Amino acid sequence: MSFFIQVVVDGLSNGAIYAAIALAIVLVYRATALINFAQGGMAVAATFLAYALTQAGVPVLLALIAAVVFGFVLGALLERGVMRHFEGGDPDTAVVATIALLVILGGASAYFFGYEPHSFPSLFPNKTIGFFGAFVSLRSIGTIAVLIVVMVALQLLFRSTKLGLAMRAVADNPESSALSGLPVSRLLMIGWGLAAALGAIAGVLVAPQLFISPGMLDFVLVYALASAILGGLDSPVGAVVAAAFIGVVENLAGAYLDFIGDDLKIAVPFVAVIVILVVRPQGLFGRKTVVRV
Amino acid sequence: MSLLELEDVTASYGHAQVLHGVSLSLPENGATGLLGANGAGKTTTLRAISGTVRTTGRILFEGRDISGLGPDRTAHLGIAHVPEGRGTLGQLSVRENLLVGAYQRRDRKQIATDIDYVLDLFPNLQARVKSNAAALSGGEQQMLAVARAFMAKPRVMLLDEASLGLAPSTARRVYDAVVRLRREAQVSMVVVEQNANLAFSVVDDATVLETGRVALSGSRDELMGMDAVRRAYLGG
Repeated sequence: MSFFIQVVVDGLSNGAIYAAIALAIVLVYRATALINFAQGGMAVAATFLAYALTQAGVPVLLALIAAVVFGFVLGALLERGVMRHFEGGDPDTAVVATIALLVILGGASAYFFGYEPHSFPSLFPNKTIGFFGAFVSLRSIGTIAVLIVVMVALQLLFRSTKLGLAMRAVADNPESSALSGLPVSRLLMIGWGLAAALGAIAGVLVAPQLFISPGMLDFVLVYALASAILGGLDSPVGAVVAAAFIGVVENLAGAYLDFIGDDLKIAVPFVAVIVILVVRPQGLFGRKTVVRV
Repeated sequence: MSLLELEDVTASYGHAQVLHGVSLSLPENGATGLLGANGAGKTTTLRAISGTVRTTGRILFEGRDISGLGPDRTAHLGIAHVPEGRGTLGQLSVRENLLVGAYQRRDRKQIATDIDYVLDLFPNLQARVKSNAAALSGGEQQMLAVARAFMAKPRVMLLDEASLGLAPSTARRVYDAVVRLRREAQVSMVVVEQNANLAFSVVDDATVLETGRVALSGSRDELMGMDAVRRAYLGG
């Protein structure tokens, strides 16, 4: 029994990592109606800034705050300098531009910090506590707690604030929103800035576990996209629940199904995603789109 | 002083010039119609006013030249454009659409009062307040588009083909509400409409456009008295 609990707990702690990036994807999707591949690159760049600061002796918490500010500015600048030229065009072109940004940001991080993984100090004490015979690290508990706060904050932002309403309106139809006087460009900039700031939080949370390197989020991005899509793309709660689900299912299958083991377990969540999306195309928590013409 | 005045306005999309010097004038608390065949430049004239197409010439709103201002700026000044093809935000609820319309306002109590007012104006929307706009019928979406534009408390509303694709009785209800908005809320109107009977139920005068130029203009009664206008726009 304690082995089972340990497997589930480890799965949840992996899921927390996926959830961190998935939340950022949901945020930028809600704010710009784009799937933003640059998300991983912006998160890594901001995390490297935090790394450089901690190397210089700055406490982790302060480095995190600096990374969040840097991420916001970076995201806003990329929107203003790069993505704005793709507004009003084919969304597919814009998505390809975000892939280009991902590659460029990864390359820039590698240029300054190299490809070697470095260890990154944790925000939380490096201890474990017992839980029904299993071991849970305080770092995982802390990560999950921060994510829940972020998730609730995002839900409130989109559901209950004027800024969130305006961001959703712009994502839905920028031309039409401008006719109601919404400052469309500025709102898109804020959307990108917030997503990158959230990416910075995610990066700093997961870097101690993954070690920091330009490619540290590459595989996480794949899981995060799967979680965001499974959760419904526009639902912060959905993204977190789906990420936890993916983390746990992956770990359980790896531990209990002999023919899968550690090598094949990466396939398990994707099979689950395909099955669920066939049954429920809008994702677990997504709002079904009904259009009458 | 006119509320809105266009002086020799041209407009083009890329290299294609659509307006070739249009002038018209809308008095305070007035309502004017734009008539004309497809491609005459009616929609483009509205877009010139709201700042969603490139123009030359002067566009004066309350005496101030607004040409070159983008749509968010003209909206701020009190111009509400209801575009052709239903200006609603599909993934937002009816209520959220109305709140987006009121985005630039700070008077929360008055916003709540105005939401009640437009729901009274369009009782169909009352029952659908929490539905996504995309799930509404065509008529309800058009009502929502007008209601959303009104929530900005505009001085002038630019109404583009509000009857398009609607059953005659539904189109009639939309225009009845527009007449009420003009009378009860003192919203001035520029109305583009293929169905001149509907247009003439709102406007005092009208301008007929032909291939981007003013062909003729006059009061409603003058225009309705002209055989050519009757044949072309009033069905004989």
